[in-house]
Amino acid sequence: MCEGEGHVEAAALLTVPPRVINIGLELFAENLASQGAQVVHVRWSPPAGGNSQLANLLAKL
Amino acid sequence: MKIIDQANQEALRRIIAGEPILVDVIPASQAIAELADRVILHSGPPIGWDRMCGPMRGAVMGIAVFEGWARDLGDAATRAAAGSFSFHPNHHYGAVGPMTGMTTRSQPLLVVENKAFGNRAYCAINEGLGKVMRFGGNDAEVLDRLRWLREVLGPALGRALREMGGIPLKPLIARGLTMGDEMHQRNVACSSLLLRQLAPALAQTTKDTQALVECLGFIGRNDQFFLNVAMAMGKALTDPARNIDGSSVVTAMSRNGTDFGIRVSGTGDRWFTAPVEMPVGLYFPGFSERDANPDMGDSAIVETIGLGGFAMAAAPAVIGYVGAGRASDAAAFTRSMAEITVGTNPAWTIPAMDFAGVPTGIDIRLVVETGLPPTINTGIAHREPGIGQVGAGVVKAPLKCFEQALVAFAETMGAG
Repeated sequence: MCEGEGHVEAAALLTVPPRVINIGLELFAENLASQGAQVVHVRWSPPAGGNSQLANLLAKL
Repeated sequence: MKIIDQANQEALRRIIAGEPILVDVIPASQAIAELADRVILHSGPPIGWDRMCGPMRGAVMGIAVFEGWARDLGDAATRAAAGSFSFHPNHHYGAVGPMTGMTTRSQPLLVVENKAFGNRAYCAINEGLGKVMRFGGNDAEVLDRLRWLREVLGPALGRALREMGGIPLKPLIARGLTMGDEMHQRNVACSSLLLRQLAPALAQTTKDTQALVECLGFIGRNDQFFLNVAMAMGKALTDPARNIDGSSVVTAMSRNGTDFGIRVSGTGDRWFTAPVEMPVGLYFPGFSERDANPDMGDSAIVETIGLGGFAMAAAPAVIGYVGAGRASDAAAFTRSMAEITVGTNPAWTIPAMDFAGVPTGIDIRLVVETGLPPTINTGIAHREPGIGQVGAGVVKAPLKCFEQALVAFAETMGAG
């Protein structure tokens, strides 16, 4: 990437319709979609729903 | 851990390598030697009379009268409360039963033999829809039908199957999946295919024409006739996958209307239980969720082998029946179950998914990691005894069972 190119791309984000990949909370994707935004939702949650004891066991298994 | 992956591949191999044949129908006392007087096998993990739900109690009362162990339903309830009957899970005796899952000594049992491993599994004959004992029905109509199954249909099916040398079930299931069955809440194709194979032998071996007409009519009117065959097959396929050291694959999922229980290969025959959940679905006219009993039955053995909710993509019509969304949602159920299974079964494929095999071999590690519980298609019983089925729906296996199993499994692996 050339110096300054990132600034140009960031600026373009404000001038074209957003295209969004949403990870985790589906509500964000639903809200964007309801306003006509192009959005793909990726279902994700922390391993074992965030239960650290079970996540540690999973890491060992 | 590599050793677990290898053990799980072995469990999957055994499930897939099974060669289930419907070989016979015999009295339960012949099939299961331990079925003495006043011994009642039920669905799900162990439970006593004091914790049984309404329909399970209704079925116990009815089967006690049917077997001649009580004068009437009231007498049966009194005797049950007094400890006159010995209750055990079907799964402890190589058997399975739908919904309440009553198995007692004089009932005829379907016999499925797994030729690849030499083991047998059993299930009672499907009674049809409506007011039936598996949904807690216990009036004269229900008991009369059970007598007819015992005295007419059971012996006739046994004669026909012995005459034919049995019916291989693996190719029958494969065909049913291409015809829109998932083998839990939709068995239209497989029931028809089974009858097509049975009918000539039934005609050949049933001398009483009136009895033959009744037998053919009973099977032909019952879209769910094949369910009980599929269940015995599921048990016959999963039993060889039990007790594999280091395997985190589920070998049984089952519910008694109070508790949901699972068994895992590497932890032997121990049950991991949690309160059973309420199905979400559609109700017959005049009934609602206020009438419903929580989830019940050994029938989740079909999901354990990759059918039922796991094969939803093969049966978009069932989505409407169980109220689980649009027909186009069916594939999403199967895809999500692929996230919690070890592999697929190449013998049982789904045309609508480019002939992908059904997701098979539930790994408790994947269930806990993803938080995705197995999806089970199920019938819904009325919560009061004696009424019967009020709807059909989908239910999730409680994650708590899998979390408990993971902790116990970790201990067996020295990782606790």
